[in-house]
Order: sequence, then C-alpha cells, then structure tokens
Amino acid sequence: MNAKTSKRLNMKERYRIMTRDLGWEPSYQRYEDIFPQEGFEGIKITDWDQWEDPFRLTMDNYWKFQAEKERKLYAIFDAVSQNNGQMKISDPRYLNAVKLFITAVTPLEYNAYKGYARVGRQFGGVGARIACQMQSIDELRHTQTQIHAMSHYNKYFGGMHDFPHMFDRVWYLSVPKSFFEDASTAGPFEFLTAISFSFEYVLTNLLFLPFMSGAAYNGDMNTVTFGFSAQSDEARHMTLGLEIIKFILEQHEDNVPIVQQWLDKWLWRGYRLLSIVGMMMDYMLPNKVMSWAEAWTMYYEEAGGALFKELERYGIRPPKYADQTVIGKDHVSHQAWFIFYQYGHATAFNTWVPTAQEMDWLSEKYPDTFDRLYRPRFELLAEKAARGERFYNDALPQLCQVCQIPLAITEPDDDTLLSHRDTVHDGERYHFCSDGCRDIFHHEPEKYVQAWLPVHQILQGNCGGADMEKVIGDYYRIEMGEDNLDFEGSAEQRRWAAWKQAV
Amino acid sequence: MSVEIKTAEITPIRQTYGHTKRRFGDKPATRYQEASFDIQPTTNFHYRPMFDEHHELYDTGYTALVMEDWYAFSDPRQFYYGAWVAARAKLQENTESSFAFFEKRGLGARLNDDVRRLLTRCLLPLRHAEMGANMNNVGIAANAYGTTLSQAHMYHGMDRLAVAQYLSRIGLLIDESPGALLAEAKTLWMEEAAWQGVRRYVEDSLVVEDWAELSLAQNLIFDGLLYPFLLESLDARLMEIDGGDIAILTDFMGDWFKDGSRFIDALFKTLAGESEANRVQLTRWVAHWRSRAVEALTPVAIDADIELDAALAVLDKRLAKLGLLETH
Ligand SMILES: [Fe+2]
Ligand SMILES: [Fe+2]
Ligand SMILES: [Zn+2]
Repeated sequence: MNAKTSKRLNMKERYRIMTRDLGWEPSYQRYEDIFPQEGFEGIKITDWDQWEDPFRLTMDNYWKFQAEKERKLYAIFDAVSQNNGQMKISDPRYLNAVKLFITAVTPLEYNAYKGYARVGRQFGGVGARIACQMQSIDELRHTQTQIHAMSHYNKYFGGMHDFPHMFDRVWYLSVPKSFFEDASTAGPFEFLTAISFSFEYVLTNLLFLPFMSGAAYNGDMNTVTFGFSAQSDEARHMTLGLEIIKFILEQHEDNVPIVQQWLDKWLWRGYRLLSIVGMMMDYMLPNKVMSWAEAWTMYYEEAGGALFKELERYGIRPPKYADQTVIGKDHVSHQAWFIFYQYGHATAFNTWVPTAQEMDWLSEKYPDTFDRLYRPRFELLAEKAARGERFYNDALPQLCQVCQIPLAITEPDDDTLLSHRDTVHDGERYHFCSDGCRDIFHHEPEKYVQAWLPVHQILQGNCGGADMEKVIGDYYRIEMGEDNLDFEGSAEQRRWAAWKQAV
Repeated sequence: MSVEIKTAEITPIRQTYGHTKRRFGDKPATRYQEASFDIQPTTNFHYRPMFDEHHELYDTGYTALVMEDWYAFSDPRQFYYGAWVAARAKLQENTESSFAFFEKRGLGARLNDDVRRLLTRCLLPLRHAEMGANMNNVGIAANAYGTTLSQAHMYHGMDRLAVAQYLSRIGLLIDESPGALLAEAKTLWMEEAAWQGVRRYVEDSLVVEDWAELSLAQNLIFDGLLYPFLLESLDARLMEIDGGDIAILTDFMGDWFKDGSRFIDALFKTLAGESEANRVQLTRWVAHWRSRAVEALTPVAIDADIELDAALAVLDKRLAKLGLLETH
C-alpha cells in the first residue's frame, strides 16, 4: 500500500466534500436571484454552514439500499397478484380504508414529491437542499409504490379507479387537498415546518401506524409491505423535520414568533385532517388496532408533549388549541363517521352502521361519550335502515373556509352544541368550524378567501349542474351503486360472497 | 376440505385505473404507465403560490412551449422510481468495482504529474458544474407539468449529484493528500480565467425561468458539448500522456451519458414535433445557448491543449437530427 491511499478522511469530512463542498458563492448572478424564495417569509438565515446534516447518505449508497428495498417490495406485490391475495383480507368492509387511502393520501405523497423538489432547489444551503431532494424522490417512491400496491385491489374492488380525478373534485377530498396545497403554496421554510416537522415529525405516527397496523390486522399484505418498506425513508424524513426546526430557531431570534405561528397553524390543520384517520380506525377497520383517542393520547399528548418541552429553550410554547384537540379526541371520529354515513351516496366508499359488537367496543373505548351521545344516534339509524329507510342527507352542508370540514363538530366546552364561527372580510361573510380555523384565516385572509369550497362550487354550477346525481356520477366519477351507498346490499358485498364460495 | 382457490371464478371487474384505461385502453397496464400518466393534480387548486401569484400550483405556463397533451412525452427508458433505482444500483455496482480495482492496483500512485495536473485543471472543477446541473434538473422537476416530464428530470437531477460525488471521489483517489486537489480545482472554478466562462454559463442557467429552455441549455446543449469533449477528446489526450488508466474511473460517465441522452433526445423530439411554433422557439434557444456553450468551453479546451471541434461536431449532428440546428 502506498502512503497516498492510506491517508483517509473521516466520515464527516468525506461527506462534506461529497455535498456542501460542491457548492460555491456565485458572482455572475446574485444569490437572491438564484434562490428567490429564500427570503420572502422573513426567516433570517445568518449561516447555512450551521446546518447539521440530519443523515449522511451519498447517492451510490442511496441507490444500493433503495434498490434492495424495492426488489423485496415488488416481489410481494407479484406474489399477492398471483395468488389472489385479496381473498385473505379479513372482511370486505376493510377495503374501504384502502379506498380512502389511495384517494386521500396517495395524492398527498405526490404533492410532497413536488414540494420537496421545489424546496430542494430553492434553499441556498447545499446540505439542506440535498436532504430535501432525497425526501422528494422518496415521496415519489411512496406515490408510485402505493399506486402499484393498490393496482391489484383496484381490479377487484370499487372506489380506487379514479383516485387522481376524485382528489381534485370530490367534496371530502378537498380536506386533504387544501391542507397540502396550503403548504405547497407557502414559502420554503413554512413548507418544511408544516410537512417535515408538524406533519412528519409530530403527527406521522397518527397517519401511518393506523393504516399500516390496520392493514396488518386485516390481512392486507400489500399495504403492510409498502408501509414497512417506507419506514426507513420516514425515519430520515423525521430527522430532517427536527433539524429544520432547530436550525431556523437557532439562526435568529426574530424567527421564533414566525415559527410559533406556523406551529400553531399546522398542528391545528393536521389535527383536523386526521379526523378522517380517526374515523377510519374507529369505524372502518373490521379488526381494530386501537382507538383514535388512545392513539392521540399516546402519539400526540405523550410524545408531542415531551417534544414541545424540548423546544421551550428556544422560546417555543406548545401549539395554541392543543387542549382542544385533547377534548376533541373523544368526539371527532364519531362525528366524522356520522357525516360520511349521511352523505354515503356521495362517497367513493361504502358506509354502514357499526355492528352491535362494534358499538360495544366503542362504548368501552369512549366511556364518557359514546353511549351518551353517539350510540343512540347509530341505533336509530340502524332501525331506520332495517325498515328499508336508510338515511341519506340531501341538504348540502356548510363547510369551514379553512379546513373544509362540514360544520358538524361540537364546541370544546359543550358537546351538545355545534361549533360555528364566522367573520366578515371585504364585505363577505366566511364560516369556520373552530377558533383554530378562524385564527388561521385572520392571519392570511387573502390566501383563504381563494379556497375552492366544494359546496359553493356545486351551488354555483361549477360541478356539472344542480343535479346531485350528475355531480356524483359525472363530475366525481363515483359510480352509482358500485362505489358508494351502504355496504349492506352493495355490489362489493355480493361479489365478495360469491368469490368466497369459489375459494 | 380443499383450500385451493378456484381462480377461474374470481374474475377482475376492471383491468387498470380509469385514467390509465382512458389513455391506453382497457387492458392490464405496465407499471410505468400506472405510476406516471395522469396522476398529477390538474384542477381546482385552492390557493395561488405565495411565491408566484401569476401561476397555479401546477401550471403549464412555466414554459413558453405549448403542448396539447403534456403526457405526450414518454420516457423511452420507462423509468418510474423502482426501475430507475434498479438501473442505477447496477451502474453503481459496476462503478464501485472499477474504483476498487483502481485502488487495489494502486493505479493512483502510478499517475504521472502531467496526468494529475490535467485532471485537476480539466475534470475536477466540473464537480461544481454537476452541482449546477443537479439544481437545474431538480428545479425543472418542480416546475414541469405532468409526471412523465417531472420525474425524468428528477432522476436526471439526482444522477447529477451522483456524478458530482464520483468526480469528488476521483479527486480524492488520485491525490497524495486527499482533499488538496479538490481544493485546487475549486480555486480554479472560482478564479481561473479559463473556467470563468463555464461558471458564468452555469450561474446564468440557474436564473433561467422557463423550464424547457433550462433543460435545453443544461441537458441538451451544455452536456451535449461537455460530455463528448470529456469522453472522447480528454480521454484521448490522457492516453497520449500515459493516463489511460483514468478511463477505468470515468467509464461510468459514458454509460450514464448514453442512457440520459435517450431521455433528452426523446424529450426534445416530442416538444419540437408538437408544432412549428415550438420548433421555432427551440431553435432560437439552441442558437443562443450553443454559441454560449462553445464560448464557455473553448478556454478550458485550449488550456488542456485539446480541440473542441470534435465534440462540437457530435453536438451539431445531434441537433441536426432533432431538426433544431439553424442552417444559414
Ligand atoms: Fe411519504
Ligand atoms: Fe415522508
Ligand atoms: Zn375548520
């Protein structure tokens, strides 16, 4: 061996050469023209060199690890398709969680891909850029592996066939769509605070674990496998989330109030978005994992509480209205399912009244609220359905201008009263589900007045006219009697029974 | 009781997703098709970008070119994430064994000073240009409309980061005190007169707003001139001065460039083939950036005592084939 190759650089120095040393200070163009988005949010960055790389991965290793993960993942997808793996699922009602996932979550992965590509170009710091770029291709991976995972199920079940079309149009999908577009249209630092930190670091366990464990408990091999395969990607994303927040806060004290406002906003927005996950856990999974209230306690109150304690030294306090999320955890899943049940003719999945056994489970998990408030409601609906009068609501609901959820959620201090706020801006009245959403509006009214509210749009005739059947069938592409309505008596139920006979 | 599934009776109710069916027909689709076409949101965007109120979040107006259908472009390599990463893992494996071979044989120590000097002056500064290429392609991925266009640029951008990292490794491998040659090359990049044209070209490209123009300036013109220059002319020059072993390390760049060119050629063929207006616009951009690229790389070539003509002939042949070369 010669002296030349024996002089080794340490890992950190080597990684520096492989990443931030590739950058340079421009002199033919101005920094602010090359990175035009870095400054406009008012975040002050004094020194990008202070950025601590959240993970050190060069492209050669990235390719190697990821290719191995992909190989294993697609081997499972192939096996499931070849062996009619869909027939191993616990109960056909379970597939409705998958339908919700591909229409509501997979398009968010795509938006994440595009958003991280933007930020991965826009940050002046090389280390931060590269971390975002890697997350960007990971998110593209998630989009595509999810499409491939569901591809087989789509051949046998309804509700998944037009997920991108539905995401852009269907009323309840405007909740996740507006959530993510809110982040994607914000500046680069807010985008990362919203998605990397608030969503991926603080709330991710409340989105992915319920779906992945739900899949595991209900025999859905494809979803379990892609979820498992995405876990090491997510671990990287979480470290980026923590690094970005610490980095911004450490760069300048003027950044603290800006970040605080973003944390308040994005926790509230994330919490509202996750009500569909709560509903999925409590009502759509035939084999339950845990209740939404338990999940919120464990993953938000306990884990999140410790995290915000850690951020105190930067002058950050826990997000505003965090106490309301704690009160809401006993209500939100029931109220959400009640909404979807009523509008079950306009959903790309089946709805149903929980079985007696399922209601007992809910009573046990929600001792303070279920028997008092929600059981009577569902029992009444069950009676009506048994008489052949399955209830569908034809009146269009009022939506919250910010989160876009129907105004059917109760007051934090009175669970018999619907919560409703409003405000007048530029001579126009706007409605909100909560103080949290109203505050978000007040902070950036010029943004939220633009919201594409599905109900307004229907009423204005922008969704194919006034005939709801046309809106649902033609504009949404929800196939009447195939994708929607009650599970009892559905095409899905009939086909499943026939297929089970064939097994 | 038999638990065997009588598959004949479990028949699918559809073959693929609705949007895939509408585009490719009612039949089982490929993984590339299902993962790439018509999956990007198209309408009912809620808010205008705070950083650009003149555009929607996903907007066809980020280029002057017009397409009836932005999914007319299809990557000839059919790269979706899984296919890309598998192809690159193979490239990586081969490159790794070349580097290991080079290192094991102690070939770095056997290089003469002329070779080391030529590499430092001519090859190593390009790791910064590759970083620029990374940024440009990732930026295009963010702005280009539709997933087929966007993802191909994203893969291309990450490929460029890899090239920059391999170039850095070459710099470390041939260095008696690892890091010194890279630092010297960076000083050349920043200060040496011969390199200022290239650095100016790269920095100017970083502020180009039209993504199609940017892809042309970066991927078609600059790379189309630079890579033939490196792969043919510099390689030949290295042989002359007894540095042929270096080809073991730079071999991957040839494979990569060939692969990437399939995408870039298909891209500009599709864009130019759409309309006369597109073709005219592209031709105008070609005329502008081609002469700038020649101007930028000429001093580097002179410094290395290499003619740029051969590489330019390769580029011009390619442009002519695409119908984008203005003939006077
Ligand atoms: Fe993801
Ligand atoms: Fe993620
Ligand atoms: Zn709201």
